[in-house]
Amino acid sequence: MTEFLLGASAFVLLTVAAGLVCILRGPDDVDRMMSVQLFGTAGIAALLLLGAAIGAAAVVDLALILAVLAAFAALAFVKAGVRPGADQAEPEDRA
Amino acid sequence: MKGILDIFTIVAVAAGAFFFLAGTVGLLRFPDTFTRLHALTKADNLGLGLVVIGLLPQMDGVMAGLKLILVWLMVLLASATVSQLIARAVRRSGSGP
Repeated sequence: MTEFLLGASAFVLLTVAAGLVCILRGPDDVDRMMSVQLFGTAGIAALLLLGAAIGAAAVVDLALILAVLAAFAALAFVKAGVRPGADQAEPEDRA
Repeated sequence: MKGILDIFTIVAVAAGAFFFLAGTVGLLRFPDTFTRLHALTKADNLGLGLVVIGLLPQMDGVMAGLKLILVWLMVLLASATVSQLIARAVRRSGSGP
């Protein structure tokens, strides 16, 4: 079982590494941010698999921290990209 | 009993890994930002959920299992919020369709 969990962890990490290509080629900053989001979620999964494989319960705490930090990273990105006061500016057009 | 639980773990974790692969392929191949966001947020959270469900039988004790589920719920909440925020930022910036 340990070997299978380690293999699954490595597989998930490899798919994330492929997804990180998106950071290089973009085409937009949003796409780069989404790639980082993917890295956050899949990194959590890889950590959980690794923790179960080697029997280290503390790894789950690490995964929780990563979950919170990934959310804050995306929030900071969105806040930095929006003009100040844009929330009050024009009502959204719901086409 | 142990064998059945191990098989359950293998099936669920393998399914979760497949969904991570699907999310990555979607991120790389889909044509515009909104479809990429769609592929990313759904496939990833499903993959993480399947991995967590698969790992539950391997945990020793109820509290460890509950903590795993807590991690998944945290990611679900964060991901749902963040995907809405990113989609809104893209539409405001005018680069969306």
